[in-house]
Amino acid sequence: MSDSDSTQFTSAQVRHLASLVRIELTDSEVEEFRSELASILSHIDALSEIDTSGVPPTNNGADLLNIQDDDASRPAMEREQILANAPQREDEYFRVHAVLDQS
Amino acid sequence: MTAPTNTELLTITLAEGRRRLVAGDVTSVQLTQMFLDRIADTDDEVRAFVTVTAESALEQAAEADALLARGDAAAPLTGLPIGLKDVLMTRGVRTTAGSRMLDRLVPPYDATVVTRLGEAGAISLGKLNMDEFAMGSSTEHSAWFPTANPWDLERVPGGSSGGSAAAVAARQCIATLGSDTGGSIRQPASFCGVVGLKPTYGRVSRYGLIAFASSLDQIGPFTSTVEDAAMLLQAIAGPDPLDSTCYDEPVPDFSAQLDRGLDGLRVAAPQEFFGDGMDDDVASAVETALDLLAANGAIIDRSPSMPSVPMALPVYYILAPSECSANLARFDGVKYGYGARGGESMWADMEATRQHGFGREVKRRILLGAYALSAGYYDAYYLQAQKVRTLIRREFDRVFAEHDVIVAPTAPTVAFRQGEITDPYQMYLNDIYTIPANIAGLPAISVPGGFGKGRMPVGLQFVGQRLDETALLGVANAYEQLTQWPTFPSGNVGST
Repeated sequence: MSDSDSTQFTSAQVRHLASLVRIELTDSEVEEFRSELASILSHIDALSEIDTSGVPPTNNGADLLNIQDDDASRPAMEREQILANAPQREDEYFRVHAVLDQS
Repeated sequence: MTAPTNTELLTITLAEGRRRLVAGDVTSVQLTQMFLDRIADTDDEVRAFVTVTAESALEQAAEADALLARGDAAAPLTGLPIGLKDVLMTRGVRTTAGSRMLDRLVPPYDATVVTRLGEAGAISLGKLNMDEFAMGSSTEHSAWFPTANPWDLERVPGGSSGGSAAAVAARQCIATLGSDTGGSIRQPASFCGVVGLKPTYGRVSRYGLIAFASSLDQIGPFTSTVEDAAMLLQAIAGPDPLDSTCYDEPVPDFSAQLDRGLDGLRVAAPQEFFGDGMDDDVASAVETALDLLAANGAIIDRSPSMPSVPMALPVYYILAPSECSANLARFDGVKYGYGARGGESMWADMEATRQHGFGREVKRRILLGAYALSAGYYDAYYLQAQKVRTLIRREFDRVFAEHDVIVAPTAPTVAFRQGEITDPYQMYLNDIYTIPANIAGLPAISVPGGFGKGRMPVGLQFVGQRLDETALLGVANAYEQLTQWPTFPSGNVGST
């Protein structure tokens, strides 16, 4: 992948990424991120020049497989302390905007 | 009650504080009150604390004094005041991770390290400022306010654990905890002239550490001496059933090799850690340090080459944003923290929550991560970065086959001025020498290594072998004993 191809970003691409990660952006943010992401990626593209044929990926920080825990019950956190942090609640529920369109 | 603020007690270490508390010539309430007064006296200038927990600290101190009065000093940190980076969950104490998103989060549980410090008898003075979600190298990306460097209040303390570093340098706490994903303990330790240790990945439980990049994040201590770093690590290390990435290995005595000295020590100074971009004043300080190590029996080998190490920064800026884009998906405005309401749909509320809850740097990294993980780019970016990560780990293994420790500068420059670096990639370059240890999961420590321009501290970094913090601390302590650089900018802040 050559620098000139991979580091060009369009506003539409930035808006698409933002929709994937559920962040609303203003027009000026789209433009700023477009140029900043292109600049950052231009530095990162050197990675593509490294020969990694036959090299396995490292996907965790330690040489560990999952650690098994005993299947034993232990006290859970208190419901009221958890709900106390909710932006909006109703009785013992988190309140959000209707998820399903009722029409 | 206002205890007299005197420099002798202000510069006390954990080790000396322990001796004096056990001997009974100072009480925990006296120490705690002195540091609370110090915070009140200096934090208008330093701005290290987001939250000060004075009342509970004094209560805990009184309990510690009752234990000490009965001769019960079994817990190794009984009565010693410390501070916590605001990325660590503290039950009942507001925890923000430097983000508007968590403006009003009061956690229902403690991080494992917080539980362990409590069991060890330590007193928490409060929560320390940081770059939002630990993303940054200057603490200018805190949603609340920037923290100043106690050595020069117009300069940054480094980041992301800038509050934790500045609080130790300003002597607002004896010691603090921070977290290090790409250098966030070591770089601020370097900038603030204190000791900062990133343990081996998996040595310390990450349970209750608000996640940034889970394969890289690790919690560690800031202290004014290497001996104290060993003491604090001792209290927080070890297996935890609540963190499946925590090594199930016995915890050694981290202080066992503090007196080992340097004789015959095989020190690698790989070329790639001394390359372009390092300022002359830093290079000069590091060369002086290498000469000192050599003059005291260490064998310095400058021949090792680690050709993949310069790729650690690009690898990091693929892997860390990718992991963060997944980790930060949990902030949806539903269960806790900030939640926008009143939009036309659930999605509109969520998108507004994340627009207003996250700052610029966090959004930038989430977008970058989403890009690296997206269809069509995954192999070229994310998978390629994971493969180069393997190459970097192998190069460390090769060097450690013939050497005991790697020495390098911690950061390429001394602390810069607030507002001086505005380009994101220029900011990222701060971590060029610290990131490799995160990529390889190795323990690394920054110790004061002299002074550069403007009489600002320079950090010297040692990188050790996996799970061998004991030897790493031994080497760092030997260097510290030869130098005794001051870790306290006397007269710069407050009335002392």
